[in-house]
Amino acid sequence: MTVATKERKLTIARAMAEAIAQEMRIDEKVFVMGEDVGPLGGVFGNTRGLHEEFGSVRVRDTPISETAFMGAAVGAASDGMRPIVELMFVDFFGVCFDAIYNLMAKNTYFSGGETPVPVVLMTSTGGGYSDAGQHSQCLHATFAHLPGMKVVAPSNAYDAKGLMTAAIRDNNPVIFMFHKALQGMGWLGTEKDAIVHVPEEAYEVPIGKAAVVREGSDVTIVGITSGVHHGLKAARVLAERGISAEVVDLRSLVPLDRETVLASVRKTGRLIVVDEDYQSYGMSAEIISSVAEQGVALKAAPQRVAYPDIPIPFTPVMEQWALPSPEKIIAAFEKMQKMETR
Amino acid sequence: MKPSKEQQLWMYEHMLISRYFEESIETIYMEGKTPAFNMAKGPIPGEMHLSNGQEPCAVGVCAHLNASDIVTSTHRPHHVAIAKGVDLDRMTAEIFGKKTGLSGGRGGHMHIFDAAVNFSCSGIIAQGMGPAVGAALSRQMQQKDGVAVAFLGEGAANQGAFHETLNLAAVWKLPVVFVIEDNAWGISVSKSASTAIERNDQRAAAYGMPGHFVPGNDPLAVFEVAGEAIERARRGEGPSLIEIETYRLAGHFMGDAEGYRPEGEKDALFAKDPIPKMRAQLQAQHGWTDSDDAALVTRCHARVDTAIAFARDSAFPAPEEAMEKVFV
Ligand SMILES: Cc1ncc(C[n+]2csc(CCOP(=O)(O)OP(=O)(O)O)c2C)c(N)n1
Ligand SMILES: [Mg+2]
Repeated sequence: MTVATKERKLTIARAMAEAIAQEMRIDEKVFVMGEDVGPLGGVFGNTRGLHEEFGSVRVRDTPISETAFMGAAVGAASDGMRPIVELMFVDFFGVCFDAIYNLMAKNTYFSGGETPVPVVLMTSTGGGYSDAGQHSQCLHATFAHLPGMKVVAPSNAYDAKGLMTAAIRDNNPVIFMFHKALQGMGWLGTEKDAIVHVPEEAYEVPIGKAAVVREGSDVTIVGITSGVHHGLKAARVLAERGISAEVVDLRSLVPLDRETVLASVRKTGRLIVVDEDYQSYGMSAEIISSVAEQGVALKAAPQRVAYPDIPIPFTPVMEQWALPSPEKIIAAFEKMQKMETR
Repeated sequence: MKPSKEQQLWMYEHMLISRYFEESIETIYMEGKTPAFNMAKGPIPGEMHLSNGQEPCAVGVCAHLNASDIVTSTHRPHHVAIAKGVDLDRMTAEIFGKKTGLSGGRGGHMHIFDAAVNFSCSGIIAQGMGPAVGAALSRQMQQKDGVAVAFLGEGAANQGAFHETLNLAAVWKLPVVFVIEDNAWGISVSKSASTAIERNDQRAAAYGMPGHFVPGNDPLAVFEVAGEAIERARRGEGPSLIEIETYRLAGHFMGDAEGYRPEGEKDALFAKDPIPKMRAQLQAQHGWTDSDDAALVTRCHARVDTAIAFARDSAFPAPEEAMEKVFV
C-alpha cells in the first residue's frame, strides 16, 4: 500500500495521457492512433507527451479517414495488438459507425469468443460552448444501446485514469467518452471539481461500478460526466434548504450498475436522472425503468433533466437554455415536492 | 478562358470583402476572450475557422456561377459564401447568433444555409460532397439548368465520402465540380503525412473524370480551370475534379498556436498573399490606380462594417425558439 503523500491534482486530459503512457510502458502492444494525437497531443490534450515518449510508430497521426482507422483498430486488435483509437468528436461517429457497431461490437460474439477485440475508442462529448449540433452531442445512449461495447464516461480525473487503465487492460471494446467541459482545457472552460488528486501509480477503476459521490437520504440524483457536477451543485443548494441529496455517478453505462442506483433509491424514495444526451430513448429512461421494474416504492414520480429532442443550437441563448443545469435539477425536485403535497 | 477586366475586378472586390470580413471577425472574436481564452465567451462564441489567404479558390470558381447554381462548402465557409452571394448581413448575424441570422442563430459559423443562392455547408469533413452530387442529380433528372460545386479541403480527400461521391458523379455523368482547397494542412497534420500521393487531381483518373491542378493560389488561373470544368458540366459532359494550391494564413481555428508549422512558413505564405498580388496585376495590366484602389477598399470595408453593425444591433432570439424548426 502506498502512503498518500502530497496532493497531485490533475486534469482529466492529463490523467488520461498518464494512464495511456503507463500502459504503453508495460505493454508494447498498446498503441494510439487518431487525428492530431501525435505531436499536437490531441485537440483535447489527452495524448499530450505520448508522441515525445513513444514516437510515431506507436503514436500515429491518421489521415481524416475514420472508416479506415476504426476498421484498422478492429483488425489490429484481433491480431493481438491493443489499439487506443481516438474519434475526435463523438459526433463524427456517423462516418465510421459500421466499423464500430457491426465489427468492433460483434466480432467477439460472432467468433464464439475466439477473436476478442481489445480496442479502446476514446471520444469527446458535450457542449456548452456554442459549437452547435455537429460538435456538441453526447450520444451516450447511441453507443450504450448497441450490445457488444462497454461504455465508460468519467466525471473527474481520478476516475478518468482508473477507467482508462481498466479499459486498456480489458479484452473487450471499450468506448471511453470524455466530456469537453470537464477536460481541463482552459479554452473550453474548466470545471474545477473535475480536477482532483490522482495517484502516481497505475490503478484501475472497475468498469461497470457506479460511485456514490455524495451521500444523502431525501432524493437520489443520478448522472454521468457533466450531469454529476450539476447534481453535486444542486445538492449543495438543496442542503442549504435542509434537503439531503444523494448523488450517484454512474461512471459506466455498459455494464450498468443498477444495484447501486436501486440501493440509493430504496433509501431515498425519490429519483432525478440528469443526462446531457437527448431525453427520449436515452439513459434517463433506462435508469427510471430499471427502478420501476423492481417495484421500488417511490414518494413522487421520478424526474429527468436531459437535453430536449432538438439538434443542439449554436446561439448561446438557446444552447444554455436547453442544457441541463443545477437550477433545472432543483426545479425538478420542487416539482416532486408539489406532487407529494397534492 | 481569360477573365475580362470586369470579371477580374469582381474577383478582386470579393477577395477584399472576404479578407476584411475575416479580419473583422478575428478581432471581434477575441472580445471577451482575453486575458483567458475561453471559446464560450464573447460576442462570437464557439469554434472559428477563418479563410484568410484562400480567397482565390472562392472567387475564381464562383465567378462562373449564378444564384441558381449550387455550392456546398465546409467548416471554413466564409470566403465561399461571400463569393456565392450569400446575404452578408444575415450571415454575419448568424455568426453572432442573432435572431436575424440565416437560421435565427441555430446554425452558427459552420452551418451557413442560404436557400436564395443555393448555398450550404457542413462541419463534418467531406460531407458537403454527397449533397452537391444529389443537387446535380436533381437538376439532371428535372432537366433543369445548373451545376453544383462542392468545396472541400485536401484533408477531406482521404475520407470515404470523397471516393464514393466521385465515382457516383462520374458513373451518372452529373453536372458537378469538386474543388479541393489544398492549404497543405488538416489541423496539425500535413498533407504529405496523410496523403499517399502528392496531388489529389491525380485521383480523378481513377474515377474517369478530368483532373486539374492549379498552382500558386492564383485567382486568374483558378478562373480559367474552373470555367472549363463548369462549362463541361453545363454541357452535360459530367464531373471534374480540381485541386487548388492555396494558403491558410490563419490558424486552423482561432486559438490555434500553430506550433506544427515549420519555422518561417507563415512569413513565406504572407509574402505570397494573393491580394496584393492581384492588386499589382490590375495596376500593371488594367491601369488600376491607387485612387481606384482606395475607393474600392473603402466600399468593401463599408459593406462589411454595415453587416457587422447589423449583426451587433440585432436582437438575440428568445431561448424557447430553440424548440422551433426541428420540423416544418
Ligand atoms: C469526419 C470528420 N472528422 C474529423 C473532423 C475534425 N476536423 C475538422 S477540420 C479538420 C481538418 C480538415 O482539413 P481540410 O479538409 O484540409 O480542411 P482545412 O481545415 O484545411 O480547411 C478536421 C480533422 C471533422 N470535422 N469531421
Ligand atoms: Mg487543409
